[in-house]
Amino acid sequence: MKQLSSKNYLSETARSIKPSGIRKFFDLANEMEGVVSLGVGEPDFVTSWNICEAAYASMESGYTSYSANAGLLELRQEISTYLQKQFQLEYKAEKEIIVTTGASQAIDIAFRALVDPGDEVLIAEPGFVAYAPIVQLAGGIPVPVPTTADNHFKLTVEQLESHINEKTKMVLLCFPNNPTGATLDREELKKLAAVIRRHDLLVLSDEIYAELSYDQSHCSIASLPEMAERTVVISGFSKAFAMTGWRLGYLAGPEPLLQAMLKIHQYTMMCAPTIAQHGALEALRNGREDVDKMVASYRRRRNYFVKASNRIGLPCHMPGGAFYAFPSIRETGLTSEQFAEQLLQEEKVAVVPGSVFGAGGEGHVRCSYAASMEALQTAIERIGRFVEKRL
Amino acid sequence: MNEKELEILEILEGNARTPLATIADMMEMEKHEVEKIVKSLEERDIILNYQAVINWDHVPSNDGVTAMIDVKVAPKREIGFDGVAERIYRFPEVKAVYLMSGAYDLSVQIEGKTMKEVAFFVSKKLSTLDSVLSTTTHFLLKKYKHDGVIFEPEQKDKRAVVSP
Ligand SMILES: Cc1ncc(COP(=O)(O)O)c(C=O)c1O
Repeated sequence: MKQLSSKNYLSETARSIKPSGIRKFFDLANEMEGVVSLGVGEPDFVTSWNICEAAYASMESGYTSYSANAGLLELRQEISTYLQKQFQLEYKAEKEIIVTTGASQAIDIAFRALVDPGDEVLIAEPGFVAYAPIVQLAGGIPVPVPTTADNHFKLTVEQLESHINEKTKMVLLCFPNNPTGATLDREELKKLAAVIRRHDLLVLSDEIYAELSYDQSHCSIASLPEMAERTVVISGFSKAFAMTGWRLGYLAGPEPLLQAMLKIHQYTMMCAPTIAQHGALEALRNGREDVDKMVASYRRRRNYFVKASNRIGLPCHMPGGAFYAFPSIRETGLTSEQFAEQLLQEEKVAVVPGSVFGAGGEGHVRCSYAASMEALQTAIERIGRFVEKRL
Repeated sequence: MNEKELEILEILEGNARTPLATIADMMEMEKHEVEKIVKSLEERDIILNYQAVINWDHVPSNDGVTAMIDVKVAPKREIGFDGVAERIYRFPEVKAVYLMSGAYDLSVQIEGKTMKEVAFFVSKKLSTLDSVLSTTTHFLLKKYKHDGVIFEPEQKDKRAVVSP
């Protein structure tokens, strides 16, 4: 086919978005045989059978049409109960919860509803790769706020405050964090919340890894005094319930903000997939035991991998949540991209260079320990050999 | 039984070959502590054996047969069900014996080289036992899942190699 020149036809916005650094890596790793992958940002469990079964049953019963725009009311009620029970968050099913097509879409409609051109959004980085591009698509300006290894990648008050100016509209928080596994406890969140209130900012809190908290239970910033009214919580079923392919997440927040997001959701998505919503209902009603088992299993693998990583010469803090270790590779003298590329070529282990996760990620690589113990042991052996040659 | 013991059992049930040092790392413990717990679990007859789960169907030379036999018994006053069960499980061709509720009393699993051999065992050794009232023999045709392990199809990782 003859190609039109992208310069003349693509929107300026589309052209301004950087392609994901992960994509390039995916292409490289995907072509190789025998790769042990620690590069995957999703659970290694398949969805529990009772959840799959519930989805089949819903199809058999003919639930194949659109649902309400905000999602099945029954599901929103279960989400409301769940948020209350797990995280002491109070949201009404009718007006304060929207079921979305993954947390990804939740992030998209939240920024679209809250950001005006020129608004600055503070994003703790290293962070999930999608935040900055989505802010840009909404016309806003993503402002990275670096977190550092010496603070175990926790966002500090000083760092946050030093990036706030009159254009700052909101703060994106993601703890437990992808890619660092960092978590924030109640006291740490309280200090951030005080700054956020003082500057009258909004918070978008991506808590998709909340269930995967290993050392203490997750605290949501929305559960702190006077924070619910300025916070939108994002979560979903992908990580905790091993349901990435189902594309199901949700937003919970104050009615005026959520109703604006619902308007955008109505026009751009209609509703989240109905069949997946029926699966999610079962997940919330009868999934607790499986979640607890998966969490226990991730915790053991985290303990093993982080200990082993330190032993082979890649210093790594003990991450409190998610399923990522974020060891430092500085001692090898390589950049994170060189490290990941050479490790893949020489030892066939896939990890993700820290640099793709934005500010502060350089000098580290992300290793997902959502892989079998056998795979982790093989990976450690190979990375150990690789590192030894370079220290 | 404490939580640590339970967790170690879970790990070993999943993979009996997990090295003690690895278990120690997984549980944020010292190797000698794990070693002590495992030893105690063995001594208390909680861990009985470390076995591989084998799909014998994939072993070319293997053409044995397995049968599950429902056995109704009339337990004798002196020996009870346990005594009858013992008379049965002492036979080396018997791989498993369970006391059951319901339509029959003992479930007996037998392995033999041929169906004939199993039939022979049932008629000559099992049925002739004093307390055995009747037997019903079912031959096992295919194993789909055993001890929590799915045999076929192979459970492959279907995820992309790298993702955000
Ligand atoms: C921090 C974070 N937020 C959101 C998502 C997207 O999740 P979903 O599958 O619900 O769209 C991911 C997935 O990797 C993530 O790591």
